[in-house]
Amino acid sequence: MRYIEPHGHMVSRTTDDYQAMVTAGCQAVCEPAFWAGFDRGSAAGFRDYFRQLTEYEPARAAKFLLPHYSWLCLNPKESEDLGLAREVLALIPEFLDRPNVLGIGEIGLNRNTRNELRILEEHVALAVRHDQLILVHTPHLEDKLKGTRLILDLLRAHAGVRPGRVIIDHVEEHTIQQVLDAGFWAGITLYPDSKSSPPRAVDMLEICGRERIWLNSACDWGVSDPLAVPKTALEMRRRGHSEDFVDAVLFRNPVRFLSQCPKFTVWAEPAG
Amino acid sequence: MVDHGFVPVRAKLIEVAAFLDRVERYAVADDFRCAALRRAAALLVDGRPARARRILEQLSDPTTRPDAVSTGKAALGAWAGRPAAAAKRKS
Repeated sequence: MRYIEPHGHMVSRTTDDYQAMVTAGCQAVCEPAFWAGFDRGSAAGFRDYFRQLTEYEPARAAKFLLPHYSWLCLNPKESEDLGLAREVLALIPEFLDRPNVLGIGEIGLNRNTRNELRILEEHVALAVRHDQLILVHTPHLEDKLKGTRLILDLLRAHAGVRPGRVIIDHVEEHTIQQVLDAGFWAGITLYPDSKSSPPRAVDMLEICGRERIWLNSACDWGVSDPLAVPKTALEMRRRGHSEDFVDAVLFRNPVRFLSQCPKFTVWAEPAG
Repeated sequence: MVDHGFVPVRAKLIEVAAFLDRVERYAVADDFRCAALRRAAALLVDGRPARARRILEQLSDPTTRPDAVSTGKAALGAWAGRPAAAAKRKS
């Protein structure tokens, strides 16, 4: 089988994980910028991180013949310091032409605060100004429903946002339909405890259709599984879904969305 | 579907039951998260569909306006109103 890992925080993973992903059929990995587990203290810290995402990590993945792409932003957890956030926003354009950068992400909300919304709006404006794809993180647990609604309101209010070029990630049963109804793509994250399981992900695909949905592991430094996407193929097959269904969701869908960025290329032999 | 799914889900249901017993033994069952879990569990047997969606909605913050400032804390998994949530956090 073949699949894309459209959301993995590989800077937090070992090279063993790269080897396992490639062995399982991974054709490309995409890495959004995220929170390091602690708040960075300066814009210089972010510059180093963006260099890691655009120079070092693609080289590490290439040792396993795995194409590596990245998304750039300041994570919503670090949006409360507006001064620092705006310094980081000013840094991003100099990295947008790097060959592995797909767009702006994962932007969004964390605790649904006014400052987070301000910085989200500025990220969206930056993406529209530079004609970038957008990857949106929705908040955790009890904050997800409210945060998703605030994000949708903000995106719909921006005249320059084209929903087909925006993926709203970490949807669950209570948020997926409103994301799809608004014309956006939806990402289902296979993450132990706090997001979705493989059976629930397949339920959502069966109920909502597979047209504008991708699956990802969002593997990072927390409890997570870099092989969650290919493992979900087993759940699909157990229920009698065809190999074409598996390939459409795990490979062709992410390729269709990501190929809107001309820098994204992947070897795409027909599934057989 | 049932052959494959029943035993793992049975195990999760017993975990829920054991957790609710445990928080009573430790006298922390009045924590707002435990109360939210009991309310959510009632939806499992109300005979209506979309149980997962409705449980997620019931555990969610129902307000619509952005918060003035961040608490700086992680999400807790259930909503009890901002001040109450802060007060109960230590249990």
